Formats: sequence, structure tokens, C-alpha cells
Amino acid sequence: MDLNFIFKILIGFLVIVTIFQVVRLIELSSRLAGNKDEVTDRSNKINGILLFISGFALVAFFFWQRAQWGYLTLQDPASEHGVLIDQLWHTTMGLIIIVFLILQPILFGFAFLYRGRKKRKAYFISHNNKLEIFWTAIPTVVLSVLIVYGLIVWGDVTNINNAKDGIFIEVYAKQFNWTARYAGEDNKLGDGHVRFYAPTNPLGVVTDNMYKIQSEDLDKKIKSDKEKLLIEKNIGKQKTISDRIDRNMAKQKMFKAYYNSISEEERKAGEDDIVVAELYLPVNQKVAMKFRSQDVIHSAYMPHFRAQMNCVPGLSTQFVFTPTKTTEEMRKDPDIIKQVAEANRILVEKGQQGNVEFDYSLLCNKICGNAHYNMKMKIVVVTQEEYDLWLKEQGETRMIKNM
Amino acid sequence: MGHHHKESFFSKYIFSMDHKMISKQFLITGMFMGVVAMVLSALFRMQLANPGSKNPILEFLLGSNYVTEAGAMTPDAYLALVTIHGTIMVFFVLTGGLSGTFANLLIPLQIGARDMASGFLNMLSYWFFFLSSVIMIASFFVTGGPASAGWTIYPPLSAMELAIDGSGLGMDLWLISMTLFIVSSLLGGLNYIVTILNLRTKGMSMTRMPLTMWAIFVTAILGVLSFPVLLSAALLLVFDRTMGTSFYLSDIMLADNGIMQVLAHDGGSPVLFQHLFWFLGHPEVYIVLLPALGITSEIIATNSRKPIFGYRAMVGSIFAIGFLSFIVWGHHMFITGMNPFLGSVFVFTTLLIAIPSAIKVFNYIATLWRGNLQFTPAMLFSIALVSTFITGGLTGLILGDSALDINVHDTYFVVAHFHIVMGLSAIFGMLAGVYHWYPRMYGRLMNLKLGYVHFWGTFICAYGTFFPMHFLGMAGLPRRYYDNTAYPMFESLISINEVVSFFAITGAVIQVIFFFNFFYSMYRGSKSPQNPWKSNTLEWTAPVEHLHGNWPGEIPTVHRWAYDYSKPGKKEDFVPQNVPLSKGEKEH
Repeated sequence: MDLNFIFKILIGFLVIVTIFQVVRLIELSSRLAGNKDEVTDRSNKINGILLFISGFALVAFFFWQRAQWGYLTLQDPASEHGVLIDQLWHTTMGLIIIVFLILQPILFGFAFLYRGRKKRKAYFISHNNKLEIFWTAIPTVVLSVLIVYGLIVWGDVTNINNAKDGIFIEVYAKQFNWTARYAGEDNKLGDGHVRFYAPTNPLGVVTDNMYKIQSEDLDKKIKSDKEKLLIEKNIGKQKTISDRIDRNMAKQKMFKAYYNSISEEERKAGEDDIVVAELYLPVNQKVAMKFRSQDVIHSAYMPHFRAQMNCVPGLSTQFVFTPTKTTEEMRKDPDIIKQVAEANRILVEKGQQGNVEFDYSLLCNKICGNAHYNMKMKIVVVTQEEYDLWLKEQGETRMIKNM
Repeated sequence: MGHHHKESFFSKYIFSMDHKMISKQFLITGMFMGVVAMVLSALFRMQLANPGSKNPILEFLLGSNYVTEAGAMTPDAYLALVTIHGTIMVFFVLTGGLSGTFANLLIPLQIGARDMASGFLNMLSYWFFFLSSVIMIASFFVTGGPASAGWTIYPPLSAMELAIDGSGLGMDLWLISMTLFIVSSLLGGLNYIVTILNLRTKGMSMTRMPLTMWAIFVTAILGVLSFPVLLSAALLLVFDRTMGTSFYLSDIMLADNGIMQVLAHDGGSPVLFQHLFWFLGHPEVYIVLLPALGITSEIIATNSRKPIFGYRAMVGSIFAIGFLSFIVWGHHMFITGMNPFLGSVFVFTTLLIAIPSAIKVFNYIATLWRGNLQFTPAMLFSIALVSTFITGGLTGLILGDSALDINVHDTYFVVAHFHIVMGLSAIFGMLAGVYHWYPRMYGRLMNLKLGYVHFWGTFICAYGTFFPMHFLGMAGLPRRYYDNTAYPMFESLISINEVVSFFAITGAVIQVIFFFNFFYSMYRGSKSPQNPWKSNTLEWTAPVEHLHGNWPGEIPTVHRWAYDYSKPGKKEDFVPQNVPLSKGEKEH
């Protein structure tokens, strides 16, 4: 702890002491003035006026924020279903804002209007059933509409049949990065399991070849351990080795059992899969995204596409959507241009190069460990031709078969 | 008082079985925990407004483990701070502190009982709470730091130390602390229910009870039904952590010192934990909120000098909210891969809660209508509660709608929503309660002017802190991000973050005024008359000084409901509950 810091702490301490003393002074002076801590007409009037003002201030604050920060909020959706979601959003939001703008002024307005005065007497009324029914009915009707509308959109977005004519892509999560697997020519993703992990098979895809390599590797380990066991004299070390043999044999058994539970067709399906670190999507083509995680829960969040799905270990989840704007098109959006210019200005201020461009991103949106805030993948939306070209290039090097 | 036997220091102040003393103990402990949680939030707001800058205060308070070599907060520390901030605020301040204080103080006094049904269990309830508070704070000082998997402690993150440092010893302490907390809450809750059902004074029928009692009664029922589920969720997590079971875990692969390790498990599902957690977690929101709503119903009626509008509708909506709160938990899980049809059911039940909530708001506003409003600080905080309840409740319509939830789930939009509707509303309710019943607790009045300064400062800072967060969420910023400079698209959000942090830290400093007022008035405040707010409820018929059994003579008999304010034909604008009906007078 340097002196400078102690100095700062001291200042902080003094500030608090000062507040304390000022507060005490107010306290004492109000007592000297004969204040008996009773509400008076005067204090009611002051607070009534302040409440009245705060009703307006709240509304003004709301509009100010919209004017100030509106351009920072997400732009028009870049996916087909996103349009439906945004329509629902605008309907609901519009309704909410109207209710907000009606109720808050009424609340604060009433507070001002009926502020207490000594001569005043409140109006005695305990209930009114008609009113009660009236204001139960209104929200009920409005909510019924919202529920039905919301469920129609939800049904559209999550319909299981959506996946039928989509291209299959798996997004694989782990602490703290994303990997993608394209289904290849057959448009079928092979099965994957963490126990099939190998440095050459990071997503644990189950294929005949992977099985052969890894099970031979295990056999080799077991065999060499058995040989070691024969020469080893130290009882402690013998135990360690025999434990390892047991573990590996159990693993081998499980490995085999799992392998046998996967049909040959599925094992073949994995062979032409392509594993990449960047996500390329063709525009206007339905994408059926599958999600897996190898460790903790992550959430694949693609805000521009209005798409999000958790990646749950031990479970395969799915989200289907169709991107409608290429990255290039999105970069021409006026709000995006403004946002990017602002970001570059801030970066230059910080002494960095201000040359970032807009890119779609896939963010992790479920707390997953200390680098959660930095678990991201770039998404590039391109035309169909560019996509085919890119995929072909990837296929030459990153196909499971070649790994 | 003649039968007031002398007590030792210990039996009076420490191991007291008197509900009034226990309520003060809950309040002071809750306030202390509130300060801790508030300081934590001020610390991480510093980081968010000024990412990666030196944070010597953090180092000073918690030690060098929490900062990088350059003196900035570490990502692990950030997650630890938000986790413990959430845990303390939700459980220790707004459940233990709020319910513990006002249920204990008000139940016997408002229903006309000598004390709680079991003074001993009541004392135990406090001491379990105290112990669990101590353990929660102690977890800051163990290896690996406190739990840092978020206050919802979703496994597998919370199940394995390899996944995050906080899931080691810190998580063990979190689980122990929560277990003790649940025991405390169950002991308290059972006691509240039994007392309200059995110990009401003569004439105090259920339908004559003040709304505070209804709210606390339903809250206690919610707690008793839902906390055991959290307990079982926590126990299964303990098994998974220590005994190698697989309730929540499937095969998992994690890097151990850079080498990939398969942790063998079979067939468990982390989603199961979420179901169990939110089966408590959602009622918990109302466990926090209902007492605050009850308190404000009481304060708004008293200070409007008017009966609460629609008493029966208010009681009905408390029950409706209580019931519905048990069948909406799935709205926290729309995007876990849960069956979309099940999601639809939860959308339906969730949006239904808006109806009883709207009824409550309309009734509050109708109570103000043509009243004679006395703006005590308690009244101001109550009005502020109605305001935040509206603002925060409305955005619930978005988050409860699964299709809209897809894009704002787990973003700052959610943070804004629940802080306003649950955090602020409940805190405002709690502060309103403290200002209102302070004379009942300490026999003195709190300083009025300081109360006003405190209210206005707090109210402005509260909106200033949480309203802008909606915009962060609509920009797509996820919550629990240590730093958002990793994304160019979030770079320009710094201006919003600065506004938020400014108000948050200012708001925290303003609370100094409240604490000063609270402790100063305890000794120097002006002496309170017996019924300072001219209120109808029974607690104000008891003498100012506290005595065992509350009333020196017989317990007053109740003849009317609690809301005869400004009744036509009466000289005064209030008629306490123990005043018999005059000839030909209708009850209400």
C-alpha cells in the first residue's frame, strides 16, 4: 500500500465524517428551531410539489434516455423470425410505455393533488366492486391478447419442423471458446461424446476411424502398463499402475459399449463433418444449429439474429433461424455506422487503433467461469457462392476424416 | 411494571425470547448485511465504469487475492462480488432482514398476542440466521474466495472446483450458510403461521386483520412450502460435490493444469437443479415482495387518512399472487432446451400474475385519491414503492413472454427488471417500515428532515441506477460480464455504465444519512407519543416502553377493521380497532 492510497482512504474517510457532521448540524439546528418531527402543511406542500415534479422528471428522464442511447440498442433483426419477434416486441413495448406514461403521472399527480392540509378531510370510501371488476377486466383482456400473440410467435420460432430444410451446424462450447462443426455433404452431423475426445478429435465425434485410433491407443497403454507391472518391485507403485490399468480397462469397456450403441449410418455421417473456429453462414438459408457443451452450462447468444439457446452438458439443444442480411449489408446500416464510429472514437481515446468494423458475434450468456466475459466467436454472413467456396476450402483441411 | 422481572444482560439483549427484541436483532443484522452487499455492489460498479483500473479500496477491504498485480479487480473477484451481493441482498436483507424484522415486531402487536407462539423457536430462528450470516461473510477469506457461480449457483459450474476457484471451499461455506438460513426461515415461518392462526385476540377475526398480517401470513406459507425444495436441491448438490453421485452431472471434461480430464458421471441433468432451484426461486421473489406490499398497504392507508381501497380485493390478490408464484418457475428456463410446449404453459401462468399485481396498483392509487396525504418519510417511500412496482412490473410482461425472452434473457434488461420490481420495491418497503415503526421499536421518532433528504436522494439515485440498465440490455449486453471491452459492439456503452455507476455509488453514500438518523435517534431522537401517526392498528395501543407481554393489563378486544380513517360522523379522523362500534354504526 503506497502513501498515495493511504491519502485517498483518508480523504474518503474525511468525506464521510464531513457528511456525518453536516447531517448532525442539520439535525441540531432543526431541533433548535423547535421542530418536533411532525409533518406540517408546509412540509406536505414541499414534498407534494417535489413528487409532482418527480412524476414529470421520470417521464422526461425516460425520453431523454431514448434520445441519448436509442441508437445503441439492437438494430433491425438480421433473421427471418427476428422480424416476428421484433413486431411482438414493439407491440408489447408500446403498450408498456403507454401504461407507464399514464400510471406514473397519475400516481405522482394524485400525491400532489391530495397533499395533506390541516383543514382537509379525506373522503371515506372503502371499496367499489364495479371499479374493482372494471380494472380486473382490462388487464385480463389485454393480457389474453398478449398471451395468444406471444404464443403464436413462440410456436412459430420453436416449431420442431423448422429444422427440416436447414443446413445442420453444431456449435460446441467449452471454457472459454466456441467451435463449430459443419455437417458436410450428407447434411448429417455425426454423434459426439466427450469420452471420444482426443487432441485430434476435439469435439469427440464418433467415427470408425476415431474409434480405431483411440481404442488402439488405449490397448497400447494397457499393454505397456501390464508389462511395467511385471518388472515393478515397489508395492506402492504397483498399486498405482494396477489402478491405472483398471481405469483404462473400464474406459475401454465403456468406449466399446458407447461405440456399439451408435449405428453404422451415424458413424459414417460424422466422417465428412468439418470442424472450424469461425462461423460462416449463407444468407437466406435456413440454419439448424445444434448446441453441445463439454463442461459447464454456456449460452449461445446471437443478439442480431434474435437467437439464443443454452449449451447444456449431456444434452443436445437446437435453434433454427435464417439469416437475412450479410455482414456487408449490416455494415451499411446507419445506426451501425454511428455505433462503430463511436466505438472507434473511444478506442482512439484509449490510445488503441480505432479501426474496428462491425461483425456479428456469438457471445456466451450464461456465467461459465472467470473468462466468461471473453468467450466469443465471430459470425460471418455471406452470399451462397462465397459460402460454398469457403466451405470447400475448409473441407480440404478440417474434415474429421483428415484429422 | 410490577410483574416485570429483572433480567440479565444476556437474556435481555442476546438470547432474548421477546419478539420485539428479536425483531431488532433481525433488523440490525439485516442492515449490517445490507451495508456489506451495498459496498460489494459499489466495488463492482467501479470496475464497470472504469474497466481494468486500479481498485485499492477492494485490495484494502479483501486483500491482495482479489486484485491483479496491477491492482485491478480480477475476473474471479468480480464474479465473487456479484454472487455474494445477490445472495446477501435476496436472502439476508430482503428475506431475513425484512420478514424477520416486521413479522416478529408486528405479528403479536397487530393481532393482539403476548408474544409469538414459541419464543424459543423464535430465538433459535434468529441465531441460525446470525450464524449463517457470519459464515457467508467468512467465505470471503478462504482459499479460492467465496462462491462465484452466480447467486443461482447452477451446476456444473458450482459443482467442480476445476471449473471456477469459488466452487471449492467457498461453495461449501455457501451451502452450509444457506442450509442454516433455510432452517432459520422455516422455524420463523412456522412460528408466524401458528401465531397468526391461533393467538389472535378476541374480536380479531381473519377478515379484520391489517393487510400487513395477510401479507406476512401468505409469505410464511410460501416460505414453508418452497424453502425445503431449495434445501433438497442444495443437499443433492453436496452429494454431487463430495460423494461422487450424478444428480446434476453427466460426463464432463475440464482442463486440469492444461491437461484435459474426463470427470466420469452418468445420466445426471443440470436442468434438474434449475427446476428445483426456481421452484424456490420464484416464490422467493414474492417472499421478498409481499411483506413490502403489506407494509405499504398499511402506511398508505394510515397516511392517506383513508381506508385502504378494496380490502377484500387486496387480500384476494395476495393469495392469487402467492398461488401463481408456485407455477411460474419455468419462465427462468425458457432457453434451457426445455420443451417449447412446457414453455407455453409457463408463459400463460406468468403473464396471469400481472392481473393481481395490476389490481394492487390500482387499489393503491385509488387509496390516494381524495385522501389527505401526510408525507412522512414512510409515506414517501411507500409511494416510491408503487412507482417502482409499476415500472419494474411492466417489463415483466416482456420477460415472461418466451418469444421475447429469447433475446433479452440474462442480459442487463433482466438486471434492470428485477432490481426495480423486486430490489427497489422491497427495499423501499423495508425503509418505509423502519421509518413508520421506528417509534414502536425504540420509543423515539427519527428525524424528519434527514428522512426527507434520505428519501429524495435514494429515490433519485435508485431510478438513475436501474432505469438506464434497460438500454444496456436492449443493446444485447449480457449480465455478469467483468468487462465489456472484449466486444467493439459494446464499446460505446461505457457512457451508460458511467451514469449507472455514478448514481449507484452516490446512492450508496447517501445511505450514511439513514444510518446516522437511525442510530442517533435511538438516543437523541424526540420522544414518541404513544400513537405518533394516529393509526388504527393495535400495536399503537400498547405503551411506548417495551414490556414482556406487550400490554400491561388485558389485551385489548377488537371491534372493527383496521381502516376506519376519516369515517363520517367521527370527531377524529381515525378510530382504533379496539374502540367499540357506536350504536347503529356499520362496520365499513
